[in-house]
Amino acid sequence: MTDKTTAQGATPGGPGNDEADATTTRAAVVAEAADGTSRSLTADAFRSLRRNPFFWISSALIVIFMLMAVWPSLFTTYDLGFNDLSRSRETPSGAHWFGTDTQGADIYTRTVYGARASILVGVLATTGVLLLGSLLGLIAGYVGGWVDTLISRLGDIFFAIPLLLVGIIFLSSLQDTPTLLGIPIQGYFGVIFQVVLVFVLFGWPSLMRLMRSSVIQVKPNDYVQAARALGATPMRIIRRHVLPNAMAPAIVVATINLGAYIAAEATLSFLGIGLRPPTVSWGVMINDGLTPLRASPHILFFPALFLSIAVLAFIMLGDAVRDAFDPKSR
Amino acid sequence: MGKYIVRRLLQMIPVVILSTFLIYAMVFAMPGDPTAGKCGERPCPAAYIEKFNAKYHLDEPLPVQYGYYAKNVVQGDLGENQYGRPVAEELSERFTVTAKLAVMALIFEGVIGILAGVLAGLRKGGFIDNLVLISTLFVISVPIFVTGFAAQYFLGLKWEIFPALATGKDPSLFSLVLPAMVLGSTSLAYIARLMRSNIAENIKSDYVRTAKAKGLTPRRVVGVHTLRNSLIPVVTFMGYDFGALLGGAIVTEGIFGINGVGGYIFKGIQNRDGIAVVGAVTALVIVYLLMNLLVDLLYGALDPRISND
Repeated sequence: MTDKTTAQGATPGGPGNDEADATTTRAAVVAEAADGTSRSLTADAFRSLRRNPFFWISSALIVIFMLMAVWPSLFTTYDLGFNDLSRSRETPSGAHWFGTDTQGADIYTRTVYGARASILVGVLATTGVLLLGSLLGLIAGYVGGWVDTLISRLGDIFFAIPLLLVGIIFLSSLQDTPTLLGIPIQGYFGVIFQVVLVFVLFGWPSLMRLMRSSVIQVKPNDYVQAARALGATPMRIIRRHVLPNAMAPAIVVATINLGAYIAAEATLSFLGIGLRPPTVSWGVMINDGLTPLRASPHILFFPALFLSIAVLAFIMLGDAVRDAFDPKSR
Repeated sequence: MGKYIVRRLLQMIPVVILSTFLIYAMVFAMPGDPTAGKCGERPCPAAYIEKFNAKYHLDEPLPVQYGYYAKNVVQGDLGENQYGRPVAEELSERFTVTAKLAVMALIFEGVIGILAGVLAGLRKGGFIDNLVLISTLFVISVPIFVTGFAAQYFLGLKWEIFPALATGKDPSLFSLVLPAMVLGSTSLAYIARLMRSNIAENIKSDYVRTAKAKGLTPRRVVGVHTLRNSLIPVVTFMGYDFGALLGGAIVTEGIFGINGVGGYIFKGIQNRDGIAVVGAVTALVIVYLLMNLLVDLLYGALDPRISND
């Protein structure tokens, strides 16, 4: 990742004829001020990350949720399809840790299986937004001129519509459509594809703006000019100089957004236009728990708890990474 | 300043046109049958489809269709819902409730958020600072519909401190307190964090040190020199955050049974009333865009650096 170029020790204030050294000069000065030894910003950031308990808590939670998404049966003893109508709406007990829902299904099992939809949407939407936003931001910032104007104005238009509102319009108008551009969009993966698509389509401008401003900041620097004079291709300049400088803020924002996407997906499912029963997802389960809320709040409580912890984990991780990479906050 | 306003207005026009075009395209240019689900479980009769196509000019090319649609929207026609009532009329009946709710939420998040942010930012690393940081982290993480149900269940149903529902045509202000607190909660957390970092940064600046050196009272140093400059980004945030507030209103009004614009959309989704949902959301997006413009203009007035470049 980014530490490839920046982790090597740099000579502060050096002549900058080595490209990697030049990139790290500024970072190294920051690091050196701390304790006299030469360390790059990235290495320094990872050091402070390792000492942050929030980083470890959130990482552990994320690993657990990822495991749940990939291999839910690892955590559960009941089958997903198991239900016993004679034990409908039972409160938590030894046999059913989180109690049972209206159908007499084990809420713990369903909550564990529900992780998959949320994690899938979060990870896919974030990856898509990161790729599309970064690519367009790089192009806009690097090429400049009318290309920049075009991409930036396009971004303004997509940025102008609040995500939840556009999600509602998009999903409610695709509710009865079997395929989109030849891709089936109903069923479990179909609906997840719809949700991811609308998040990527309307989420890229924030990453594009971030990337664009980083590129514009880096481009006039001496080391970039030097690299260009030495005949480096645009690809190389972007890979070696621009990306290492711009990746950290982009990843921070993307991590925090991942939590926001999970919350938005659950909200859409809860409203009844995202995933629908019999699909298991936290939003759907919370929707199921609405009717019996007064008498059996536990049906709603546990999926809501898992959802909140998942969102919390990603926001906490993003916060920790930002604090580590932002020297101002120290 | 005049030049700045004109430039912002000119920039705004293509954004409004193209973003409403996007919404329109999403609804009417998608593959599939736009009349699906409008006649219950059965497919629509041919005569209805013909009438529908003629009404929305669906046989014309897309830009022409959009032209008709935009003309209708400008004239205040957002289509008719399932029951044949004009959406715009239904929205205007519900607008005051939502406006009341949004203003109450803005006041709640503004007052408490700024206060918490100032207290935290003045003593960075202190007890209040850590308390604010951790509690806002939790508030941000819990999705608004979970907050809503938790508040309704505990404060409304179990302990009966607030009314659990705010139904009716004109709910009392008191019954809107709990929904407004839920609606404003996420933004409150963001405002507190933003205010905290601004205060912590500005308190170290040269002009604050000068003010202190002049011997001004701490109240004046914080109240005038630090607070005012720290408020600018918060005001901007509150304006831009209006969109999140409108989205949140759909969920909040749905939970508390409020008959506002959000509750209308919530019911429209559940009844699968596409035209009503799209019409109402389009209206919200336009309100949001206008709000952003207003904030931009306000920002130009608050911070001369913006309008002079």
